Amino acid sequence: MLQIQNLHAQIEDKPILKGINLEIKPGEVHAIMGPNGSGKSTLSSVVAGNEDYEITQGEILFDQESINEEDAETRAHKGIFLSFQYPVEIPGVSVTNFVKTSINAARVAQGLEEMPANEMLKKIREKAALLEIDSKFLSRSLNEGFSGGEKKRNEIFQMAMLEPKLAILDETDSGLDIDALKIVANGVNTLKSKDNAVLVITHYQRLLDYIVPDYVHVLFDGRIVKSGDKELAKELEAKGYDWIKAEV
Amino acid sequence: MELKEQLLASFIAFEEGIDQKNPVHDKRVAALAYFEENGFPTKKLEAWKYTSLGKILKENYTLYPQVETSIELKDVKTYFLYDIDTYKVVFIDGVYSPFLSDTTHDGLDVCLMSAALSKPKYAARIDKYFGAVAPATDSLTALNTAYAKEGAYIYIPKSVVAEKPIEIIHFSTGKNAPIWLQPRNLIVVEENAQVQILERHQSLSDAPVTTNSVTEIFAEKEALVDYYKVQNDRETASLLDHTYISQEKNSHVSVHTFALGGNIVRNTLNFYQKDEHIMSTLKGITLLKDQEHTDHSTLVHHAHPNCESHQDYKGIFGGRATGVFNGKILVDKIAQKTNAFQQNNNLLLNDKATINTKPQLEIFADDVRCSHGCTVGQLDEEALFYLRSRGIPRKEAQALLTYAFASNVLDSVQLPSLKKRIEDSIAKKLGVNLGFNL
Repeated sequence: MLQIQNLHAQIEDKPILKGINLEIKPGEVHAIMGPNGSGKSTLSSVVAGNEDYEITQGEILFDQESINEEDAETRAHKGIFLSFQYPVEIPGVSVTNFVKTSINAARVAQGLEEMPANEMLKKIREKAALLEIDSKFLSRSLNEGFSGGEKKRNEIFQMAMLEPKLAILDETDSGLDIDALKIVANGVNTLKSKDNAVLVITHYQRLLDYIVPDYVHVLFDGRIVKSGDKELAKELEAKGYDWIKAEV
Repeated sequence: MELKEQLLASFIAFEEGIDQKNPVHDKRVAALAYFEENGFPTKKLEAWKYTSLGKILKENYTLYPQVETSIELKDVKTYFLYDIDTYKVVFIDGVYSPFLSDTTHDGLDVCLMSAALSKPKYAARIDKYFGAVAPATDSLTALNTAYAKEGAYIYIPKSVVAEKPIEIIHFSTGKNAPIWLQPRNLIVVEENAQVQILERHQSLSDAPVTTNSVTEIFAEKEALVDYYKVQNDRETASLLDHTYISQEKNSHVSVHTFALGGNIVRNTLNFYQKDEHIMSTLKGITLLKDQEHTDHSTLVHHAHPNCESHQDYKGIFGGRATGVFNGKILVDKIAQKTNAFQQNNNLLLNDKATINTKPQLEIFADDVRCSHGCTVGQLDEEALFYLRSRGIPRKEAQALLTYAFASNVLDSVQLPSLKKRIEDSIAKKLGVNLGFNL
């Protein structure tokens, strides 16, 4: 589904990614871990199409096609979703209205009719129930005055509504207490199927107890320096990142 | 002939059509003398530093068309709050249109200034209120006073709540173009009375029109007045608006100004607080593109203790548009415990657009809370990326963020029908087909 080949990227002439190789197949859950400043969030931003970053070398293929030149909205329409570490507040635009706009933008791009209102409503109810979100929350302005946990839950709600092929969760566990973490993880696990994939980006192993990865990669100084299974995450949790740095 | 000379010269002809024995006529003559001496404001005046009238004063205007022009309701329906029931005072090229209007004398007066100025039953009220809050030392206001004859007259008696909003609409058709219009409105809201008023100036052609308008509003004790100005006119239509508000004890007057287009628009908005425990609210959204220019010049005069004022203006400027915000708050020495708040936030959509913003606080009391802030910024790229990563195309994402930037001004709009209309106008102006509302 996603193939990243020798990806180099920089921001304002400062190289951040220095040759990333990664392949994610349908049905898989991958985790990328690494110390602060290793390039984790940059990788998620570059895959989602953030124009602040310049790709200087390499390819990002999605369903066998290069998306290097595609803008963020086109990547979203193709099925890539990024859950933000710091979701943006948009006063005056409700959660419901935002997801409607978002879903219909994708449908229009695919040459489909806008989703009928009753179908939209049914879907909103179903996904809100999954994430234990009440209806009052849905009529609030997007992210405005939300707690850290509410913002993250709202991100996963949007993911549930958009049903992406590839969901990238950037530090989704930060700001979540254990109950919220379980709800969010349960949401992600319920949405998981053999046809979609998840890429979890996290500093800590905690979230991986609930969203269990098939593969764990360690990112350090813009490269993937070690890959393994879920046991690698536990080893990192126990030993920290210093031994990886020493190995490199 | 220059416009000033043309205006002065036509006064004799104007006098022939009115009752010169009416006491108002003395005010007209005095006002004309003031205008003759001072002329049109120029950029040399501090209050006009960023707005030049040069361009619009060059036209060869028709001053006082007497020809009644009819227009079909279906052609202008969209400019009314057609989905709710309202009183309407409608003018076409400065002439009253009984066909499009819906006036009343049933428990309140929603009618014509020309009637109020000429009929004896209104004389006492005209004597008390006409020209009582409009300053004699403003040249454009004086010019309006000199030719004051037609406009809306609204009187809400003690403890009456106007059950329908009132729309004051001025259409210009282009048939008498270019045209110079000078409507004069008087609004008296007595003790404990309430009213909602919407004012709109709309050109129906691309022929030049300039409107030099004066509105006086008197809010007596406990009165509640919500006034909305919808300025979404063509690029050939200019508006020089002057709104003067006098407030008595415990009254609350709010004015929302939606400046969504026009050639040169100047909003002079002055609040005068005449007693204690008064609340004055001034809010606005300015959204301009191309060569449009809007200048908001506000004054809140706190002359008594324990009063409040709240100002919140949002400006969004694209194209080569220019905006001005000049907000003056004057707190007299006696006006202790004043609580005055002023905010002006601006968004520049490119590097060709301009905003000049200047808060001006003159505080002579020592126990007050006065705060002000102005910002000028651009759309946040990170926020744009967030929306685009959810599949919302760039243009729509920009529109959503722009709407979000201005949306809190709409929170205090008490007419849902108007709010929806403004939201649709914002979407249209931003070139997107989006529903912003919740």
